[in-house]
Amino acid sequence: MTLWLWILVACAVGFLTKLLGYLVPRRWLTNPRVARVAGTLTIGLLASLTVANTVATGQELVLDARIGALAAAAVALWLRAPFLVVVVVGAAAAAGLRLLGWS
Amino acid sequence: MPTTLRQSPGARVGLSIAVATGLYGISFGALSVASGLTLWQTSALSLLLFSGGSQFAFIGVIAGAGTPVAAAGAAALLGIRNAVYGMQLNALLHPRGWRRLAAAHVTIDESLATSTGQSDPVEQKRGFWVAGVGIFVLWNAFTLVGALAGDALGDPKQWGLDGAAVAAFLGLLWPRLRSREAGAIAVVCALATVLAVPVVPPGVPILVAAVVAGAIGWFGFRRGPEGEGLEPDIDPYPAPRPQTDRPGEPGTGAVS
Repeated sequence: MTLWLWILVACAVGFLTKLLGYLVPRRWLTNPRVARVAGTLTIGLLASLTVANTVATGQELVLDARIGALAAAAVALWLRAPFLVVVVVGAAAAAGLRLLGWS
Repeated sequence: MPTTLRQSPGARVGLSIAVATGLYGISFGALSVASGLTLWQTSALSLLLFSGGSQFAFIGVIAGAGTPVAAAGAAALLGIRNAVYGMQLNALLHPRGWRRLAAAHVTIDESLATSTGQSDPVEQKRGFWVAGVGIFVLWNAFTLVGALAGDALGDPKQWGLDGAAVAAFLGLLWPRLRSREAGAIAVVCALATVLAVPVVPPGVPILVAAVVAGAIGWFGFRRGPEGEGLEPDIDPYPAPRPQTDRPGEPGTGAVS
């Protein structure tokens, strides 16, 4: 139940954030410093989510098949593969490494 | 008189972006049920939150055993850029009444990119709505497909779905790493995350990284309006195929 609650909270906040852009005076968000923080936040969060999903298991740092997925996805991106292909490559790398016995 | 809708360049680009982006709703649906959300919760995120980065962030925190509060926090922070997009689009399209609410809901990376890439105001409008509404419809349809498929798969680890999540986040980050500074911010935040994992509860390291990134953005501010990484994560125009245009290749020193 709490999960549902926070899903709805996230949705409400997400929509209000978008709407805010349409409602506030233009000056506020054209402030270059605000725009810059929005940009750095996005990069920082995505980098953090990538790493957390690669090496974190609860509060432990673990090196497992997910490292292989990260490397394979990086190669796919470097070869300019489309997003969906990158995701499939990541899954295949992790599943393949597990088949070979590396958890 | 502008071109008909059939020949409209804005609508065409919007449509191809909608198909390419909508399709990867499959990966969101499958990863979401793998992280423990129900089919309804998964669909609620795609229908109501409707912002790829925020949705992946939410399930990414849940998958890592983080609390729903931390998940909502990460989703909210990743959505901040949409406010900046909203302001740009408001200046461009001036939607009024209910259209303004609808426009706000479909304000995402892709609809902004499609719209701002057109120079004719009519095409800007068409591009925005075709991309926004098109992605909304397809993204939700494919979320459902992915969630149903993911439910049928059984043990998500056996299929490497945790690896798919890693790849998805790297895929979202990659096109933003266009400048040396963007790369440096990513590395610093990745390090902060690794250091924080053992000492704070799951999910919180992502918020720690957000604080670090915010501080770099705020205090490292020097001048000029160029907020690197602020650009939407696709640029539909230069490449002939809509999916190959994620401008990757860090270190090429590409202009932009």
